[in-house]
Amino acid sequence: MSLAHYVKSFTLWEFVKAHALTLRYFFKPKATINYPYERNPLSPRFRGEHALRRYPNGEERCIACKLCEAICPAMCITIESEPREDGSRRTTRYDIDMTKCIYCGLCQEACPVDAIVEGPNLEFATETREELIYTKEKLLENGDRWESAIAVNLAADAPYR
Amino acid sequence: MTEFFTPYLGDQGAWFVATLIGILLIALPVMLAVAIVIYVDRKVWAAMALRRGPNVVGPFGLLQSFADALKVFLQETIVPTSANRGLFLLAPIITFTVALIAWAVIPFGPGLVLADINVGLLYILAASSLGVYGVIIAGWSSNSKYPFYSALRAAAQMVSYEVSIGFVLISVVLWAGSFHLGTIIEAQRGVFGFFNGFAINPLLFPMWVVFLISALAETARAPFDLTEAESELVAGYQTEYSSMAFALFWLGEYANVLLMCALNAVLFWGGWLPPIDWAPLYAVPGLVWLILKMAFFFFVFSWIRATVPRYRYDQLMRLGWKIFLPLSLFWVFLVSGFLMLTRYGGTA
Repeated sequence: MSLAHYVKSFTLWEFVKAHALTLRYFFKPKATINYPYERNPLSPRFRGEHALRRYPNGEERCIACKLCEAICPAMCITIESEPREDGSRRTTRYDIDMTKCIYCGLCQEACPVDAIVEGPNLEFATETREELIYTKEKLLENGDRWESAIAVNLAADAPYR
Repeated sequence: MTEFFTPYLGDQGAWFVATLIGILLIALPVMLAVAIVIYVDRKVWAAMALRRGPNVVGPFGLLQSFADALKVFLQETIVPTSANRGLFLLAPIITFTVALIAWAVIPFGPGLVLADINVGLLYILAASSLGVYGVIIAGWSSNSKYPFYSALRAAAQMVSYEVSIGFVLISVVLWAGSFHLGTIIEAQRGVFGFFNGFAINPLLFPMWVVFLISALAETARAPFDLTEAESELVAGYQTEYSSMAFALFWLGEYANVLLMCALNAVLFWGGWLPPIDWAPLYAVPGLVWLILKMAFFFFVFSWIRATVPRYRYDQLMRLGWKIFLPLSLFWVFLVSGFLMLTRYGGTA
């Protein structure tokens, strides 16, 4: 116990130093972003809400190969398929239970035709569980709505695949 | 104001009405100040943690406290089945009322005081000591373990620090020569010829530091918020409370904090006097100076809360009994000795 120790503890030196530090932080620019108005940048690989894509001519990409259903570790994808009138194989049912999905991205990795993708949308909270059982119509609609963003992201990520 | 009502209501009635108006004139602004101060507390704390704090409700989030209050009003009051119903509901009322009654003697300007009693400081000590009953009763009547532990801590903590606060106040009273708050403020005019406030006096400055820290402990603010240490005691004595009862605790707590800010200003920083004894500064009304000083001290309280980690219980007790008590006792001796030798002529 030196003299310096006593001087320091009786002048509350450590406290003065700590308060100077917090005062400096008080005037610093804030680290928090103003969320609904400002957003963090998202990686092109960001795995958000699912979407089923279409070809530019409007034909749906999915060929009902069921690879995504097979690889899904959460087993949240349910697919039923039948040949269409023109003879091509297409899904009659494509459901994703979003309450089960773990957003691992294996479905989009497995897809041979880039039909099922996880888009950049992350704000799809709902008020009921039922709304989170996505049907084929909902997924295709998502695809139409987010196509421009998804296409940009896929193109940005393409060199690394 | 009493004279204004006398022709209409007679002496008794006029006094009653005037006092009632006076009470409302103090209580309502204090409540409003509490709402603002809770917002400021959250903002300051957030800013020091590099966060933004409330900024959605109203401009800059200014209406956040009012939104919270409205939410709390609309909630259901839940009384636990095992709680002692009467005492459980009485506790927040005690905390809230006791937090407000001490404001009666705070002078907001020369002569601007509800109850101009000549032992104002004694009254404040008495009123702030009563505050602990609300906490103890709340903890006990909740009939739940965490509130009970919290109440035990609160009782010991508030009582310990009241002792050293008492001695600090004695040294101020010795120097000012009065228990009357207005006289104490006037005694602070022109210390060393330029500064209004006892805090610049080297003999009283350490006592101000002790008072500031004890005030934190007395109002159970961080770093001495052991009564509601959320990592150990959920929310302390407030755990079982909801709705208005909870809001009353909240209001009472912050009204107490504001009272301590006001006491800081009144006892050590010259109350309604401007900080520097310089004529042009006296053009600003005394009320404004007092409010500015209170605002500054509230910022200091928030600043401390954002900086210092919570004390352990044994550290709190050690600081109170083994450092502050001997220190303040010694200081009373020092101050009285100094005054004896200088002001009172050096003869015992």
